[in-house]
Amino acid sequence: MRAFYGTHLSNGFMLGTAQSPSPAILADAFQRSGASVATVSLRRESGQDRAGQDFWQMIQSLGVHVLPNTAGCHTVKEAVTTAHMAREVFDTKWIKLEVIGEEDTLQPDVFGLVEAARILTEDGFQVFPYTTEDLVVADRLLHAGCEVLMPWGAPIGSGKGLNNVFGLRAMRAHFPDVPLVIDAGLGLPSQAAAAMEMGFDAVLLNTAVAKAGDPAAMALAFAQAVAAGTLAAEADPMEPRDMAAPSTPVIGKAFLS
Amino acid sequence: MKLLLNGTPREIDARTLTDVLLAEGLGTAKVATAVNGSFVPAGLRATTELRDGDAVEIVAPMQGG
Repeated sequence: MRAFYGTHLSNGFMLGTAQSPSPAILADAFQRSGASVATVSLRRESGQDRAGQDFWQMIQSLGVHVLPNTAGCHTVKEAVTTAHMAREVFDTKWIKLEVIGEEDTLQPDVFGLVEAARILTEDGFQVFPYTTEDLVVADRLLHAGCEVLMPWGAPIGSGKGLNNVFGLRAMRAHFPDVPLVIDAGLGLPSQAAAAMEMGFDAVLLNTAVAKAGDPAAMALAFAQAVAAGTLAAEADPMEPRDMAAPSTPVIGKAFLS
Repeated sequence: MKLLLNGTPREIDARTLTDVLLAEGLGTAKVATAVNGSFVPAGLRATTELRDGDAVEIVAPMQGG
């Protein structure tokens, strides 16, 4: 697996921490799956509410890499300010950069994304941009200083899988040295396996685990799918073909007709 | 002083951003702060003087995808 800003992950399974039925179930999902990265966020805290402090202690106990996000940000300024706050709170240069551009699909505002990525990389951040499979945007992000790209599989929370397999294959082929993460839209472990078989370096998902009837079991299923897909990619899959090709040798077959 | 703390109008006896955190019982908590939309690093909170009507944001770790 390609390194993420010099960090080698033990596996390509990144798991979001939102929407879990309980903190205990969330911890169980990480422990059973062995997910290597946890995404986290920032929200307002004041008065007697101390939920954030308890959550942070739980995340630290997991022993995983922490990837803060800028979820919910719609402008460059919002995203950049949130990134600075996240860097201080979580003590990491890593930032999953989201600049949302459209409400129905939650697709990124790629123009704002490139601008925010440039500002943040110049300020020493290691940016994981949530982007589309658009090759031109990807190139602009790399020029802005990003060393990782995170194209969507499908709209966030949709569970539709890999919506544009052609586009994602093209992206993988076009940027052979860039770590690529499928972020968002995965609903089933088979879709994660497919992404890894295509040569992606990791998958990042949240809703598919959090909304499963048994989140910890689903997390484990995803981890196994990621492992299978990773091994398959390393094993150099065969090329598909249109016509049949007999797998059993025909030479020496008895003449019985 | 009248402040907009995390979006809610509040009357808080405070001169600096540090005073606000102490008043909220968040003096040692894992939080980040912003005033009027601009990030204020922890090291600058004690010298960041507030004015009536300032919008103060205090955020803490939370679940995210």
